[in-house]
Amino acid sequence: MIEFWFAVLVLAWMLYFVLEGFDFGVGILGPFLGRSAHERGAIIRTVGPFWDGNEVWLVAAIGVTFAAFPDWYAALLSALYLPMVLVLLLLAVRGVALEFRGKHDSAAWRRRCDRLLSLSSAGIVLLWGAVLGILVDGLALGAGGEVTGTGLARSLGPLFTPAAGIGALAALLAAILLGATFLALRTTGPVRRRARDLARHAATGGAVTLLFIGIGTGSRLVLAAAALVFVAGLQARRSREATAFTAVAVAVAAAVFAVFTVHGEVVLRSTLDPAWSLTREGAAAGPEALRLLTVAGVLILPGVLVYQAWSYWVFRRRVASERVSS
Amino acid sequence: MDVLDLTRLQFAVVTIYHYLFVPLSICLSAAAAGLQLAWMRTGQERFLLLTKFVGKLLIVTFAVGVVTGLVQEFQFGLGWSAFARFYGDVFGPTLAIEGMLAFFLEATFLALWYFGWDRLPRRLHAATIVVVAVGTLLSAYIILAANSFMQNPIAYALDPVTGRAHLTSFTELLTNEVVLAAFPHTIAGCAMAGGGLLMAIGVWRSSADAAFRTLSRLGAWIMLAGGAAVAISGDHLGKVMTAVQPMKMAAAEALYETTTGAPFSVFAIGSLGHDRPFFSIEIPYLLSFLGTGSFGGTVQGIDDLQAQYVAEYGPGSYVPMIPVAFWTFRLMMGAGILAMALAAFHLWSTADRSGRFTARLARLTGRLPSFLQPGSGTPRWLRRFVLLAPALPAAANTFGWIFTETARQPWLAFGISKVADGISPGLTSAEVIASLAGFTLIYGLLAVAWCRLVMHLSRQPLAAPPVSPAAAEPALAY
Ligand code: HDD
Ligand code: HEM
Ligand code: HEM
Repeated sequence: MIEFWFAVLVLAWMLYFVLEGFDFGVGILGPFLGRSAHERGAIIRTVGPFWDGNEVWLVAAIGVTFAAFPDWYAALLSALYLPMVLVLLLLAVRGVALEFRGKHDSAAWRRRCDRLLSLSSAGIVLLWGAVLGILVDGLALGAGGEVTGTGLARSLGPLFTPAAGIGALAALLAAILLGATFLALRTTGPVRRRARDLARHAATGGAVTLLFIGIGTGSRLVLAAAALVFVAGLQARRSREATAFTAVAVAVAAAVFAVFTVHGEVVLRSTLDPAWSLTREGAAAGPEALRLLTVAGVLILPGVLVYQAWSYWVFRRRVASERVSS
Repeated sequence: MDVLDLTRLQFAVVTIYHYLFVPLSICLSAAAAGLQLAWMRTGQERFLLLTKFVGKLLIVTFAVGVVTGLVQEFQFGLGWSAFARFYGDVFGPTLAIEGMLAFFLEATFLALWYFGWDRLPRRLHAATIVVVAVGTLLSAYIILAANSFMQNPIAYALDPVTGRAHLTSFTELLTNEVVLAAFPHTIAGCAMAGGGLLMAIGVWRSSADAAFRTLSRLGAWIMLAGGAAVAISGDHLGKVMTAVQPMKMAAAEALYETTTGAPFSVFAIGSLGHDRPFFSIEIPYLLSFLGTGSFGGTVQGIDDLQAQYVAEYGPGSYVPMIPVAFWTFRLMMGAGILAMALAAFHLWSTADRSGRFTARLARLTGRLPSFLQPGSGTPRWLRRFVLLAPALPAAANTFGWIFTETARQPWLAFGISKVADGISPGLTSAEVIASLAGFTLIYGLLAVAWCRLVMHLSRQPLAAPPVSPAAAEPALAY
């Protein structure tokens, strides 16, 4: 049961990083790939109907973490208190910028929203990447499962480590790649062309970064992800946009999977004493809670996947970035 | 303030803020669904225009509800990790099920509805907004069940080894007598808040479009009906609360001695300490009636309860902050009653004079000053103070929650653990000050942006296309 819920949890985080990853990427790229107000509008339109549904995967992922592994939820969030608060604040700015943008008919308002959207998306991606890097490195957990320290440094400190830096960089590249391949897939006209070009170049950079990380950590999954990103670049060159996007998505999922499984049974490594590390077994909820969760999950989640897929189907058409008289 | 007080303050600020928007989302999604169904049945253009207008209000409000709700989901781990460990088995599954069951539904179907006007068949499209409305009620119910556990812990067993709470029955958790009483009460409060917003916009813009007059009356009716439901359900909730947390009712009245046939003071000046206040207006027997359902019922006093709890749970103070409990309870009721009066007055003054009923009424009230006669039109002062319509219910909601949560102190979960034991052990004051400042700043900006946008949306002509041709939405191609 614990293994099953660990799998569900990793799946939820993978889905979150892939799905919200592409809308983060689209948000970051908006002001760069959209040269006119019209083009920027088209870019935002590609994620308009999806971003909120994507973000609920974060609610699901953190909810499942809380439900199935309460100690993990408690230790991770309180240890990374300030970085997580920053993520939440930026998510608030971003969600509101996205949703408020089209409701006011003024060029200045939209420009401001676009800029906020781009900056906040980039900030969130960098922070999430850093957090994933920190997960690989571990935290200074004490015997009680909590990080001790004084002042702001207690939870901000881990952000200034090499692992966090590498994670942030990799995440930024991943989001740009996801965003570019998604835009190439979902638009027509000049934006599509520019997104394709960007995807090609970014894929090379991304593949090289992943290669280094893969060699550094000896993770085969990350090496496979590097290969996939490289393939994505080739596919983008040949205008095979769907394959390019899929390859990047699978690569990101693989990288997230690698982070969550890097220490085997240990879900949160203590850098002070291995005995204080948090294991799956040690963090898990009681059997009754897991049983309840299983019944609920089996009843509810397949339905969620079906209607989310349906909504992607309903809004499957490309958005024209050139002016079309209709 | 120490780190515990700061963290409590932060929880209060962030949650109260979330709960300013949530009631609006709950009410507006139901209103949009109702208006769309009305349009489909009657074919009247004004209902369609209003559906789309309310839809836009809903979208911008929902967005704020979502991003602030996300913060809620993380808060238990950020500031209250000991609480998260202790109650993880009870709270975790509840929140996870809420997310899986309700939030996916709301987010996905709201997008399908908002973007799907010309892409879904008519009936299917109408069904999507109904799903959204049902989703908001589901999430409200489940989260209230979680809160009710803290007010009246049931369906758990304490693990003898770890000392943690384990869930024993989810159905029992979902049918806690407190949630059964609190759900109708909170939903009625949501109706008042949303109705107030619609009424205010309708009154403000009534000269622009006849449909806004419909909106103002619809909002007032929702507010009035919500007000009646709030009073009836509040009365019931008070009885449940007196049974499960007698200290709360005693604190709400600053009643120190156990009293039979206890009065309810509407207002008091002076200390709420042991000696009677310097001046107060009391309604005899009302407190006994509110708490027990009988005018001669006995209401336990603070001193007796304190002694009883010391015997049961060990030494310590079990008395919440009396003035906070006393005043928030009255302000909740007072704001609600004022809001109802406002709605009733609006309905009265905008009644259709050509109707038979109104004509007959007008004959009866003929001697009154003209602004008190039915159908005499909205007076100028109401236009000026129309913001009271959404503000009063929002205030009542906030006071209600402050009462519920602060008069639960010192308990986190009543009778099993104290607030001081719930906080994250490593947390530092500097961190909480930094995050509280961040939330205050960003939430403040969000509020300004939301207000500006709602004003802007309300100022648009109802029948105009959503955006001017110059900035027309990009077309879709295959
Ligand atoms: C528009 C909002 C509104 C209005 C007008 C009222 N309430 Fe209320 N009340 C709430 C909105 C609310 C609330 C925000 O929904 C609360 C907070 C927690 C809860 O469960 O409901 C609440 C709590 C609450 C509680 C405490 C429950 C507890 O602590 O467990 C009682 C006893 C009442 N209410 C009773 C009343 C009565 C007798 C009212 C008289 C007319 C009244 N309320 C008006
Ligand atoms: C329904 C789900 C809710 C849950 C699970 C919940 C849980 C909590 C928790 C864990 C605390 C901190 C511990 C404590 O101080 O007791 C708290 C405090 C508080 N909450 Fe709630 N809450 C809920 C809803 C709300 C809402 C909707 C509001 C207001 C709109 C609210 C207002 C407050 C306030 C004012 C405090 C501070 C009380 C104090 O420390 O004196 N709560 N709540
Ligand atoms: C402290 C407890 C609370 C938590 C953990 C919480 C969690 C959340 C989350 C994560 C969301 C965003 C969902 C999304 O992404 O779509 C949300 C929105 C919502 N919450 Fe809360 N919430 C709390 C208090 C409450 C209360 C007390 C109510 C109602 C009685 C409520 C009702 C809603 C509703 C109806 C929505 C969707 C509408 C909207 O976004 O405005 N929540 N909440």
